[in-house]
Amino acid sequence: MKKRLRKWRLISLFAIMTLILAGCGEANLSALKPAGEVAQKQFDLMVLSTLIMVVVIIVVVILFVTAIVRFRRKDGDESIPKQVEGSHKLEVIWTTIPILLLIIMAIPVVTYTFELADTSAMEVKDKDGKTKDAVVINVRANLYWWEFEYPDYGIFTSQDLVVPTDEKVYFNLEASDVKHSFWVPAAGGKMDTNVDGVNQMYLVFDSKKSNEAQNLFYGKCAELCGPSHALMDFKVVTKSKDDFNSWVKSMQTVAKEPKVAEGELAQQGQEIFNQSCIGCHAVSTSGNGAGMGPNLANFGERERIAGFLPHDKENLKNWIKAPDDYKPGNTMAGKYGELTDEQIDALAEYLLNLKVEDK
Amino acid sequence: MHVEEKFTDATWPAAPETATLEGKNKYLGFWLFLGGETVLFASLFATYLALKDKVPDSGMLLAKDLYEIPLTFAMTMILLTSSLTSVYAMYHMKNNSFQKMQTWLLITVVLGFSFLALEVYEFNHYVHLGHTFTSSAYGSAFYTLVGFHGAHVTFGLMWFLSLMLRNAKRGLSLYNAPKFFVASLYWHFIDVVWVFIFTVVYLMGMVG
Amino acid sequence: MSTYAKKQGFGATLWDFMTTVDHKKIAILYLISGGLFFILGGLEAMFIRIQLAVPDNNFMSAGVFNEMITMHGTTMIFLAAMPILLGIMNAVMPLQIGARDVAFPFLNSLGFWMFFFGGVMLNLSWFLGGAPDAGWTSYASLSIHSQGHGVDFYVLGLQISGFGTLIAGINFLVTIINMRTPGMTYMRMPMFTWTTFVVSALILFAFPPLTVGLTLMLFDRMFGANFFDAAAGGNTIIWEHLFWIFGHPEVYILILPAFGIFSEILATFSRKRLFGYSSMVFATVLIGFLGFMVWAHHMFTVGLGPIANAIFAVATMAIAVPTGIKIFNWIFTMWGGSVRFTVPMLYAVSFIPSFTMGGVTGIMLAAAPADYQYHDSYFVVAHFHYVIVGGVVLGILAGITYYWPKIFGTMLNETLGKFTFWLFLIGFHLTFFIQHFLGLWGMPRRVFTYLPGQGWDISNLVSTIGAMFMAVGVIILLINIIITSVKNVRVGNDPWGDGRTLEWAIPSPPPFYNFKQLPLARGLDAYWIEKMEGKKEMTPAEPLGDIHMPNGSIIPICITFGLFVASFGALYNMDADKPWTIPVIIIGLLITFGSMLIRSIKDDHGFHIHKEDLMDDKDKEVKA
Repeated sequence: MKKRLRKWRLISLFAIMTLILAGCGEANLSALKPAGEVAQKQFDLMVLSTLIMVVVIIVVVILFVTAIVRFRRKDGDESIPKQVEGSHKLEVIWTTIPILLLIIMAIPVVTYTFELADTSAMEVKDKDGKTKDAVVINVRANLYWWEFEYPDYGIFTSQDLVVPTDEKVYFNLEASDVKHSFWVPAAGGKMDTNVDGVNQMYLVFDSKKSNEAQNLFYGKCAELCGPSHALMDFKVVTKSKDDFNSWVKSMQTVAKEPKVAEGELAQQGQEIFNQSCIGCHAVSTSGNGAGMGPNLANFGERERIAGFLPHDKENLKNWIKAPDDYKPGNTMAGKYGELTDEQIDALAEYLLNLKVEDK
Repeated sequence: MHVEEKFTDATWPAAPETATLEGKNKYLGFWLFLGGETVLFASLFATYLALKDKVPDSGMLLAKDLYEIPLTFAMTMILLTSSLTSVYAMYHMKNNSFQKMQTWLLITVVLGFSFLALEVYEFNHYVHLGHTFTSSAYGSAFYTLVGFHGAHVTFGLMWFLSLMLRNAKRGLSLYNAPKFFVASLYWHFIDVVWVFIFTVVYLMGMVG
Repeated sequence: MSTYAKKQGFGATLWDFMTTVDHKKIAILYLISGGLFFILGGLEAMFIRIQLAVPDNNFMSAGVFNEMITMHGTTMIFLAAMPILLGIMNAVMPLQIGARDVAFPFLNSLGFWMFFFGGVMLNLSWFLGGAPDAGWTSYASLSIHSQGHGVDFYVLGLQISGFGTLIAGINFLVTIINMRTPGMTYMRMPMFTWTTFVVSALILFAFPPLTVGLTLMLFDRMFGANFFDAAAGGNTIIWEHLFWIFGHPEVYILILPAFGIFSEILATFSRKRLFGYSSMVFATVLIGFLGFMVWAHHMFTVGLGPIANAIFAVATMAIAVPTGIKIFNWIFTMWGGSVRFTVPMLYAVSFIPSFTMGGVTGIMLAAAPADYQYHDSYFVVAHFHYVIVGGVVLGILAGITYYWPKIFGTMLNETLGKFTFWLFLIGFHLTFFIQHFLGLWGMPRRVFTYLPGQGWDISNLVSTIGAMFMAVGVIILLINIIITSVKNVRVGNDPWGDGRTLEWAIPSPPPFYNFKQLPLARGLDAYWIEKMEGKKEMTPAEPLGDIHMPNGSIIPICITFGLFVASFGALYNMDADKPWTIPVIIIGLLITFGSMLIRSIKDDHGFHIHKEDLMDDKDKEVKA
């Protein structure tokens, strides 16, 4: 028994070591690869608490293993051990030491709680009512898609969140149907998007870390919101401040006049779009189609179809044909009647050419 | 000591409700139950306070426009009095005078029913003003809190009545004394809850 | 009077169990039905793990997956863990304090049937249009949005079974306060009785908020109220608060009895009294008390603001102190003892490091800013399975094995038990350890599938393999139970040989009146004290006399059945095409209130076992 127990402990210890060496997950997705100030603070806290806890575990395991090894009953041993009531000294020790450890932990916890909740920069407005020195993004979560509004620039986008690096990016978080939760693990912890109020938070994307992640981070919905909760992904595209500003410029251009489709097929597609889709989907960056469906103004430049499918024509066509097969319970299915394969082909052509940046 | 044993005034114990183990258990168990009920009402009060005056559009009536303080004050007085009369009933129970206890209980029940009647009138009045269970979150919370209390009053009255009728012919014993006693405890509890409702819902409702 | 010992036909046995008010039989009912629900919940867990074994799996659809996770959580917490623990409490606690039954035998039966019918109701949803799919927490915006009747089954099923639990809680409190045998002061009560006491108090204060929350949801879904409808002024955060004001103490309702069981087992098989008994009692009470102060740590990401988050973070960390006290006291109970590794002891021993793991991740979660990362990720899934499986389920398995001879009069096979133990323990760590990392690598919980290429594939497969180990362990346990029951080798009063408390001083299973004469408790571990003085039996605290016993009754089933019927009416009431709902509600309530009226009008004084019959028994024993 003793041997088996020891062996088992050794194996599990070994397993833990392998895990740690195996790495810390993907750079664009893992909370263990912090990509900015917020995630870094949270990571530091994780490390601190883990260290304290490992100390606790080691003490417990040493005492524990000693106890079960040293005091095993030998066969036929009928002796009665001394009935000890307890020990005041020991009680005091194992009450005080944990309290001290907890105090060590509590100080950074409380400090960081307040630091991470400080979104006061969002309230500083200039004379036009725009936020003075901060990028503010309104996030609205919907049944299985994300809308991102840049109120200070008057533009909307969806599914792909575009942010500048090396500065605090502030978020107003809200949900339009049921509760969701906004989470970019590599950049920092999550916050719920409630149906009954706006939450505020900020994230920072470090430019060096962003480069390591190819300037693309994965975002997740972290609150159960229905069948397709698992597929309610979004992407975060990071750009340097200059690139970000030029992106905003091109988005604003499209805000005034939506692009006219080029090519015959795409033009056909545009017609179909204007009949069947425009009720829910906006193609200019200035509107959000009454919030019914994602803004598609820069659809051709997105990372994924429907937030999670590879971005190609085949997937787009499949998606338009039967959205419910891919994202069960989504609100798009059944809203636009039957389309023929040719119509869908044209539509896909049109959509994939919706781009705002000339590249 | 058999539970249905007949007692004279001299042998009747001073605390008949806890003279048997069953009685003691019932007495303690009921107190604990009231502890749970307190948490139940506390949760309802919290919900009410969170949703007070939360209505979908600004045209709807709010607490300060609605409540009829004179009416609810009268209801308060009636319920407080009924609490007092139930105390008298228990006093007579402890003195083994069954008929007097029944009389005071009857008065309690009559007062209870008049309270209920006023409450029904009050609810009806609000519904006519457009403040209904489904009109707003505020309406839902109001009727749920006050209605839960009303349901407790109804249950208490039924309880008193069935005890009085069941035991009308056979008088007091150590078997039924605890039953009368916990029923009156319940009644006091309902009364206390109402005092809070009157304060938190109605009086605080007036100040906005 | 000795008819109880005769062989009965199946029908008679069934009727006996349906009408019984005997705490030992009710315990068996709890164990059997809790066990069945445990298997159901376990199957659901297996399906979940099969679906998640590989990325992009199509084993089941997204909708069914959400029903699975909801029912797995709800079943395991409300219908498996809690009832099994209530069963063990019912079986053991009255014996430990030297009582002949609980304070309210009738209510004890009512409480069981309410749990049972509530559980059946909830599970019928599978066959009646789909199970609830909003998670076991059933957060308001999603549960109001949820189509079909699944969430209605959740609301009504939990409401009914919740009443049952509340009744059980009050019953145990009164029993412990009023019915301890002479000499059994509070500070001589066995640890398991203490935890039962604290847990019952937690039930009493924690279940009413759930009742209110469920009522509000019921009103919203079935009667058009607006509590959680933001458009009409409602607020969904109210549900979250009410749920967690219940939900956090619920965690302690589950774990404290397991602590109690381990305390008994560790002392017994170390042949040593529990180290630091009084500080253990103090820690239990403190944990129970703090359990009510920390609910908002489940809501750090809701946006309550930094002040609330900081306060609840620090309050949560404080719970580590009394829990740590317990861990060290257990280790020092073994220290200097004479430790024998029976199956229950193996569970108890393995519990210490397993639960410590779950405890320390609890502290990590309490660090609010870090929790923004952990929250609703697989890290949380790993954490609460470490405390609930590593604490509660190990406790249940330990408790069942330990008390099996006392409840059924025969011992479970030790070899098979060791197989179950090793498979379960290894499977448990294999399944859940890796999930900490999955969470940190960005995997949210409650996802029905995941895309490849996110670095989660192998870890999920490992986790599924671990779950298989646990399943095999449980199957071996079932085989063990069948073999043991068929062989049915009878055992004596103290089959483990090292019993310390009163339950081991009487036959296994005990006679229906438990103690012929109430025993005199002369200290902590009352039976041990007598044994050490060379006595075989307890010193009686009263002369042999008539014993008053309650009558059985079918009324508890009737009351509950009425509620069950009425619930179906309420459930379908919102469908316009079903005119039969209102009559069904009325019929159901008539059955319930009619049965209650019969109960209150019909006097039931119970019966007496006469002194002479008790002496008969004794003579027979001597002969046999």
